[in-house]
Amino acid sequence: MSHREQQPDIRSQRLQKDEIETNFGELHPPLSRSEALIAADRCYFCYDAPCTTACPTDIDIPGFIQKIRSDNLRGSARTILEENIFGGMCARVCPTEVLCEEACVRHTHEDKPVEIGLLQRYATDPIFDKQTQLFTRAAASGKKVAVVGGGPAGLSCAHRLAMLGHDVVVFNRDAKPGGLNEYGIAAYKTVDDFAQKEAEYILSIGGIELRNGEALGEDLTLDTLRDAYDAVFIGVGLGSTNELGLERESIPGVENAIEYIAELRQAADLCKLPVGRRVVVIGGGMTAIDIAVQSKRLGAERVDVVYRRGPEQMGASQYEQDLAKTSGVTIHHWAKPVEFKGDAHVTTVRFERTALDKNGRLTATAERFELTADTVFKAIGQTLDTDLLRDAIAGLETQHDRIVVDNTGKTSLPDVWAGGDCVAGGDDLTVTAVQHGKVAAMAIDRYLRED
Amino acid sequence: MANLKSTFLGISSPNPFWLASAPPTDKAYNVNRAFEAGWGGAVWKTLGEDPPIVNVSGPRYGAIHSNERRVIGFNNIELITDRPLQTNLDEMRQIKKDWPDRALVASVMLPMNKDAWSKYLPLIEDTGIDGFELNFGCPHGMSERGMGAAVGQVPEYIQMAAEWAKQAASVPVIVKLTPNVTNILPPAKAALDGGADAVSLINTINSIMRVDYDSLTMYPTTDGMGTHGGYCGEAVKPIALNMVAEIARTKETRAIPISGIGGITNWRDAVDFLALGASNVQVCTAAMVYGFKIIDDLVDGLSNFLDDKQLKLAQLVGKAVPSVTDWQHLNLNYVEKAVIDQELCIKCGRCHVVCEDTSHQAITHTVNGERHFEVIDAECVGCNLCVSVCPVDSCISMVQLTKGTDPRTGEPISQDYANWTTHPNNPMRTTK
Repeated sequence: MSHREQQPDIRSQRLQKDEIETNFGELHPPLSRSEALIAADRCYFCYDAPCTTACPTDIDIPGFIQKIRSDNLRGSARTILEENIFGGMCARVCPTEVLCEEACVRHTHEDKPVEIGLLQRYATDPIFDKQTQLFTRAAASGKKVAVVGGGPAGLSCAHRLAMLGHDVVVFNRDAKPGGLNEYGIAAYKTVDDFAQKEAEYILSIGGIELRNGEALGEDLTLDTLRDAYDAVFIGVGLGSTNELGLERESIPGVENAIEYIAELRQAADLCKLPVGRRVVVIGGGMTAIDIAVQSKRLGAERVDVVYRRGPEQMGASQYEQDLAKTSGVTIHHWAKPVEFKGDAHVTTVRFERTALDKNGRLTATAERFELTADTVFKAIGQTLDTDLLRDAIAGLETQHDRIVVDNTGKTSLPDVWAGGDCVAGGDDLTVTAVQHGKVAAMAIDRYLRED
Repeated sequence: MANLKSTFLGISSPNPFWLASAPPTDKAYNVNRAFEAGWGGAVWKTLGEDPPIVNVSGPRYGAIHSNERRVIGFNNIELITDRPLQTNLDEMRQIKKDWPDRALVASVMLPMNKDAWSKYLPLIEDTGIDGFELNFGCPHGMSERGMGAAVGQVPEYIQMAAEWAKQAASVPVIVKLTPNVTNILPPAKAALDGGADAVSLINTINSIMRVDYDSLTMYPTTDGMGTHGGYCGEAVKPIALNMVAEIARTKETRAIPISGIGGITNWRDAVDFLALGASNVQVCTAAMVYGFKIIDDLVDGLSNFLDDKQLKLAQLVGKAVPSVTDWQHLNLNYVEKAVIDQELCIKCGRCHVVCEDTSHQAITHTVNGERHFEVIDAECVGCNLCVSVCPVDSCISMVQLTKGTDPRTGEPISQDYANWTTHPNNPMRTTK
């Protein structure tokens, strides 16, 4: 292999500005009023509605759709947001095809569910556009709660606590609130700085002090927070990424998908963001699809996703897999990386075919293949920051490096709750994190009022 | 294809679909377009005395829409023709000449004095029209001037005007009735007694569509003020069908031929009117909402239906009338229960919640811990509410109990007919 061949082809401006704008325009444009009324008319207003049961935040879906029908949009938005203050973002990013819309009885009837996600967006958009305050705070309780983490779990918890009359300080590691809504979700799912608009709305209820750039482990410890506050909620997400455990995993050109996505989300001009000509993504979850599709839309010539199991086991929904394919991404199943090749920079990834053995366990086969790559993105999941585990939250019971909680989010400590991706048993969805935050806030409220 | 050629009072038309007297029949231009499209006849927009009346130059119509903006109900405050009588007569004469096979009927509205009728009817008849329709129906505007529904609401006036018209006309006379009465039979009887050859019904129903949610005035308005109009369109069909059936089944009125009007939009609506006793039908709103082209489906659909049923048009007329009776004659020994087809059920739960909240608590929502909707025969009164609300066609059906015991009442199923007139709970019962 000549030295020349080893030069990675990574550069910006692969596409013209207008192409980038098209590629990163909104994936699902919002419904017009007439579209929304027709979509709303399709709702059967089910009894004990299966869609509501399927919603992790228990939104009264037939209820909010009924209000769209009658042009009572403020009432509709309130029905949504009182269960899920992130109803705006969830309308954009929820995998509705495996949640509410999968449960919709129209599915049984005609294979075409009510467009619940788009209707939810239709009802909530005006509230965020105009920053219409729909919520009031209960009488001040005199209690103060520390919320660690400014993502969906933390802000959901903070908002509910504020509603219930408590004062809240949110300690947010990043420069902006929103967590993965701001730094993680694919750009074409949340355009026009919506994550910030939503965070601003959530904070506007009052009683919530946001402290950006203050992280557990760096600036704060759980002990000091417990001393200074009446209760603590931890919603720090997952700070570290999993490792493949291969030699030369840190070779230049092998990157963590979430870091690149964060960079992409914060980029002022996507034309200036460098992207590889040939991109290989390792993993099978939403992040794998997000990085693959966004790489393609930035102008990567070839994007391969390689996942060690089959399509059914992928964490990404069928809809996401289809989105990747229609965006020109190739998905390879049943293969795992075994070697990164290249001298100063990765040039090739060598894969080993996998299969299930008689006992249903994943095993290697003798078959190998290689994919050339200018960039390799690892999207094989995240884990709770081990430093945090060792120091800042030492004393909290954990399991498989996640915080153990009961069904109200309560940890092994009497005054500490946790939720979102950092707790055991989560499913890494925004909507689940929002529910964790809400449920924990209500439990914290009960705890504070028992005193 | 079944022959739809229709003869009503000796007036023949290639099909039984006439355009009702209304804006679509105001001018030769419109009527030409209608006849080109295939309409069987037209009742010309109501003629009055000269000088003509004046219409408002603001909103004359209002509508109730579905969320898909489908027009369900329609309202108008337009008056009779606002063109000079001679203009109308000239155009009618030309139309009849150009379209000799189509029915052309003149609608008239005149003051309640005999001279007016004997003066104008011969003038109008001279155009070659096939008949008259006396507009005793319009509930707005003209009724304030003692015409239209103001006549139709007083049987004596109907009879009087019908007599004057019959004396002045040699062609058939149809009396158009207003539904803005508590009982349609006295007006129909009055028309018959006055010598009218037929009745047509219904005209429009007094209505206000809604308020404007910003100004909180009624809507629509003319310069901030509004007035009630006449309601029509799909929403009024059941009201019209009842009135048609009442006339068709009542001994004193059943002899009079009926031209059915009221919300006819497709061929099925026409079947409803014909089977319940109308000999032909008139259409306005559907044409005003969709244009004249709807005649294609009306003609084609009715023709195919008659083929399927192996019926002639005349045999369809009144076919369902014997099935209409008074409540007191319904068989109280007849028992039906709702049955839910579990294969078709999509588990929306609508049947359960409406039965639970508003009826007889006769449908489950959970069976053995599973979401499951099933009729509880011991509670079901056979009311048909679940069938009415179920979004899936044919998923819930009503099935007759023919033997055994009704689990609700514990009474054995009787094959005998027994109605309220002889029921022991009826203090006015007659002996069997």
